[in-house]
Amino acid sequence: MDRISPETIESEIRKLRGELPKRIVDDLRSSLLKVAKNVTLTRDKLDKIIKMVKKAYVDALVEPGEPVGTVAAQSIGEPGTQMTLRTFHYAGVAELNVTLGLPRLIEILDARRAPAAALMEIHLKGELSKDREKAREFARKIEMVTLEDVVSQTETDLINMEFVVTLDRDRIKRKGLVPSEIASKLSENLKSEVITHGYKLRIKPGTPTLPDLRRLAMKAKEVQLSGVKGINRVVIKAEGGKYVVYTEGSNLAEILKMPEVDSTRTTTNDIREIEKVLGIEAARNAIIKEAVNTLEEQGLDVDVRHVMLVADIMTASGEVQQIGRHGISGGKASVLARASFEVTTKHLLEACIRGERDRLKGIIENVIAGQPIPLGTGSVELEMARGERVGRG
Amino acid sequence: MARLPKLIDGISFGLLSPEEIRKMSVTRIVTADTYDEDGYPIERGLMDPRLGVVDPGLRCRTCGMRAGECPGHFGRIELARPVIHVGYAGVIYDCLRATCRKCGRILLPEEDLDYFRRKVEDARATGGDWWDYSKEVISQASKVTECPHCGEKQLRIKLEKPTTFREEKNRLTPSDVRERLERITDSDAMLLGINPEVARPEWMVLTVLPVPPVTVRPSITLETGVRSEDDLTHKLVDVIRINQRLSENIEAGAPHLIVEDLWELLQYHVTTLFDNQVSGVPPARHRSGRTLRTLAQRLKGKEGRFRGNLSGKRVDFSARTVISPDPCISINEIGVPEYIAKILTVPVRVTKYNIEKIRNLVRRGPEVHPGANYVISPDGRRYDLRYADREELAEAIQPGFIVERHLMDGDVVLFNRQPSLHRMSIMAHEVRVMPGRTFRLNLCVCPPYNADFDGDEMNLHVPQSREAQAEARILMRVQEQILSPRFGGPIIGGIQDHITGLYMLTKRGVWLNREQAQQLLAAAGIEPHLPKPAKKEGGVEYWSGKQIFSMLLPKGLNLTYKAKICETQECARCLKENCPIDGYVVIRNGELISGVMDERSCKALSRCEVLDRIVKDYGSDEARRFLDRATRLAIAAAKMFGFTTGIADEDIPKEAREKIEEVLMDASEKVKKLIEVYERGELEQLPGRSLRETLEMRIMELLTEARDKAGEIAEKHLGLDNQAVIMARTGARGSMLNLTQMAGCVGQQSVRGERLSRGYRGRTLPHFKVGDLGPRARGFVESSYKKGLNPTEFFFHAMGGREGLVDTAVRTAQSGYMQRRLINALQDLRVEHDGTVRDDHGHIIQFEYGEDRVDPARTDLGKAVNVDKIIEKVIGVGGS
Repeated sequence: MDRISPETIESEIRKLRGELPKRIVDDLRSSLLKVAKNVTLTRDKLDKIIKMVKKAYVDALVEPGEPVGTVAAQSIGEPGTQMTLRTFHYAGVAELNVTLGLPRLIEILDARRAPAAALMEIHLKGELSKDREKAREFARKIEMVTLEDVVSQTETDLINMEFVVTLDRDRIKRKGLVPSEIASKLSENLKSEVITHGYKLRIKPGTPTLPDLRRLAMKAKEVQLSGVKGINRVVIKAEGGKYVVYTEGSNLAEILKMPEVDSTRTTTNDIREIEKVLGIEAARNAIIKEAVNTLEEQGLDVDVRHVMLVADIMTASGEVQQIGRHGISGGKASVLARASFEVTTKHLLEACIRGERDRLKGIIENVIAGQPIPLGTGSVELEMARGERVGRG
Repeated sequence: MARLPKLIDGISFGLLSPEEIRKMSVTRIVTADTYDEDGYPIERGLMDPRLGVVDPGLRCRTCGMRAGECPGHFGRIELARPVIHVGYAGVIYDCLRATCRKCGRILLPEEDLDYFRRKVEDARATGGDWWDYSKEVISQASKVTECPHCGEKQLRIKLEKPTTFREEKNRLTPSDVRERLERITDSDAMLLGINPEVARPEWMVLTVLPVPPVTVRPSITLETGVRSEDDLTHKLVDVIRINQRLSENIEAGAPHLIVEDLWELLQYHVTTLFDNQVSGVPPARHRSGRTLRTLAQRLKGKEGRFRGNLSGKRVDFSARTVISPDPCISINEIGVPEYIAKILTVPVRVTKYNIEKIRNLVRRGPEVHPGANYVISPDGRRYDLRYADREELAEAIQPGFIVERHLMDGDVVLFNRQPSLHRMSIMAHEVRVMPGRTFRLNLCVCPPYNADFDGDEMNLHVPQSREAQAEARILMRVQEQILSPRFGGPIIGGIQDHITGLYMLTKRGVWLNREQAQQLLAAAGIEPHLPKPAKKEGGVEYWSGKQIFSMLLPKGLNLTYKAKICETQECARCLKENCPIDGYVVIRNGELISGVMDERSCKALSRCEVLDRIVKDYGSDEARRFLDRATRLAIAAAKMFGFTTGIADEDIPKEAREKIEEVLMDASEKVKKLIEVYERGELEQLPGRSLRETLEMRIMELLTEARDKAGEIAEKHLGLDNQAVIMARTGARGSMLNLTQMAGCVGQQSVRGERLSRGYRGRTLPHFKVGDLGPRARGFVESSYKKGLNPTEFFFHAMGGREGLVDTAVRTAQSGYMQRRLINALQDLRVEHDGTVRDDHGHIIQFEYGEDRVDPARTDLGKAVNVDKIIEKVIGVGGS
């Protein structure tokens, strides 16, 4: 029989697009092309393969009524018992702390405002990423430096009513700062007079009173001299010939604005921040990515579909909602569902003055009422005419 | 059955008005006493017979029904003075702040009110949360100081938790509050989040108190004949007493102060009747000092009405006992002790086809095993076979009767082990009645239940209706659950001895004579039609272990993969079929050609190729057959060849021991030098770490390396001829790490990922110098488990071990709560016929489940379709 050309395969594959999910079609295409190189592929064999793939796909489809939510929750919850509890672990970059295991998973599902260990992965544009020096320079540029980081000595001069700081030469140099620059930053930030004497800076409070001076001393130490706010520590790591910048602390909005940054690959592990900066779809993908990474790192095998469902319900309303009392569970329409989860009495009392009506559409409500639940076999509403019997008897 | 099915369509919530309370009450309760001297309930007392019956035999004075049928009836207490409902103190506060003290209108100009009114109407029409606007209304209105409607100047109102209101300095009595609430118009109430159709604001201040029926607060009679009343009754007694005193005092014209005091006391009692855990209110106590469990406490929490009785209910037709293993029954089966089978029953309807069989069961009665316990006639009468004339009853049985017969072989039952973390924690089994007192289960189902036999107990439930039985059999049977929906791989499969057994059978050089081969096959339950012997030596026929194993494989099975034992082997190039340890598995047309069976072949919860392929290509029936027989074969093989492990398995030669010591000495030396460098201040700091942290990290690195080296040395002397190694390498049980810890060196003990450091000032134990940073002083265990730990090492080991225990305890609690939240958030989702995922209100969560509509349980480890397998099938082996 005739050998089939790669073009025919391509055209046959094209017909499948839209009919089968992209992943399967791509898989099939690459496998077929690879096979066709070594083995003679005939027309009817190709047809048979395609037919079998189609059938395999149809066989693998979910059954309508399948309780996918519960299955997803179980699939993510059950391995939770096997996870480690150790909060900190040195992963990837040895110098940075990352929250891992169960605490991280809970953090993701809680959709907390600020994760315990925010972390950014910054990729640089084209040439920059290959140059170690350029990457270093960038790292220096974004690392947040406060006055506290560069002083060697501070004193509160009560006679002259001044706050005197002595800058550390080495550290200033390392951070690429000069005293005059620091002085101007300080005076601008603190709105007070700063007198420079070499490496000594004398800061005068607005009014020469003791409380003011104290307040000034406190505030002065925290003045940001350079870098991006929130980026506390920066580490450069070579990955496949390219330099990637990792940071402790995160400020996605500011970092993305920087011209050196490859904004398509730069990310943070702070889901709320992604939501704010890049929108809800990005947040959904971030939840999936973070959750999958957490599970994988623990060596737990969980299908992505489960994680996707969780991410989708967390983001379905248009903003990231927590899995729990202040999110999805608290926002349920059913009074009984809310009451049976947490803060029982509050929900019942509120429902009474509002005159709410529970329509018993959900699962827990029907369990409470002792009725079949609308899932699986219970989702089918079959009616039989009364008085008629099938068969004799 | 006989009853018409009733379905609840919805439940409406609302407040009870005083009129409604009076209307539904059957009597006004006036006396605080419950029973008279003769033990009869006092009329108009808290146990008034009109409130319902709890004692069996009596009839209800209101509805005429018996105990159990009568739902109970409410009474009422007319409060002498109104009191605030604690639960609504906050809402009342909002209402007072937001409305005028004189005219009762909301303190916003009419235009604003119109605006909100429209918003609320819109929200109601679309089914939205109309009450959300109330927050805005209240926060705006409460800032207004002059009423825009009547011009009255507003005074600042304060809520003194829990139930006292103050206007500037003056106390507002509940009566004052109620008056103000009465003035709020219906349309204004709506804007305050109160729906006047079911709840008027003033109803939040109580004038009449409903008295729950006695069925809600049954009293218990102790053996001594002393009646013990329910907590609610106690509380109601308090309310009535104070109420009585209050009204007497008012009538007598007592001084204002006394009336006020009693009023407040009444408020306290009503408050604690509703909720005995209000902050700022001392909880009401029982005479013994125990806090009372009043209304809110009954509903709240894990053991409360909602979570404890409504979401999870107690059931009949269930049993619980200890479990024990039985490798000879199928994975689908469960051994039920006869004494349990005689108690649990299945109802069967008598037909003309089964009538004789059932008559026999009835004759045998409840005492003899396949018998019956009850007969139910078509008119609903129930005959207990313990007392009835069974012979007579058996004759009387007609088609249409229902007989509750004993549990018998082949019945479907649900089997469960807590914690039920996933759906495989409850599966349907077929009954096999057995002697003994424990449930027997096949070892392959241990992983899904997470069961072992160190005293675990499990539950059994007998589905009663035909629908339930069919559903259990078709959807929940063990064989249908082999593939876990979590990752699309088998969760039921071989464990421990199954793996070692198969390994020993299928490894190279296993030759069995006819007798041995047949014995194995018989044990596995395979008909002993032996294939052609693989070799003949000295006139004796021999079969290879692989040949025997192949008899379990379905025809047409083709597989090629690398075995688990291959993983640790470091080969420059794979020799495939000529692998020195036989790690290259080839199966052609159901014939094991090369390679050994180990974890990769059929261990549960792992990437097990053989079992996985069989379930996916041949279906669950074939997979069940394979598992049943393979595990029996494995155990028979293990018994035939013998398998044991002991302390001798960890023996290593003296040279190795010395070498390990050398390595450890070396590491110790290196650490010492490192500490010296650190103390001289010459240690190079890692970026972002303190000097001390850097040192710790470097030391940890050195010691880990030393331990690994020691392990490697030990491993060299532990080959595949060692039984402990066989278990570790085949993945049956344990790991090489465990073995090297026994034979080589245990290694660094840690708490919170750091070397041990706490205990005394600057040292872990008084055996060391202060500030000693050396390996031994900081929890490095140089000994092996076999050699034994010295006292300090033992202590450190216990420290590390303790952390592990604490960790496990904390983790179970945390992950349990996480799962509860996940389930609660996701339980209403289901796939619709159009492939979308929707919640209970039809909101679409996903347009296409999992982006490809594929069921994870039917995937090939996450892949919807295993394209390569299909191509291989069509083109033939070796195509890819």
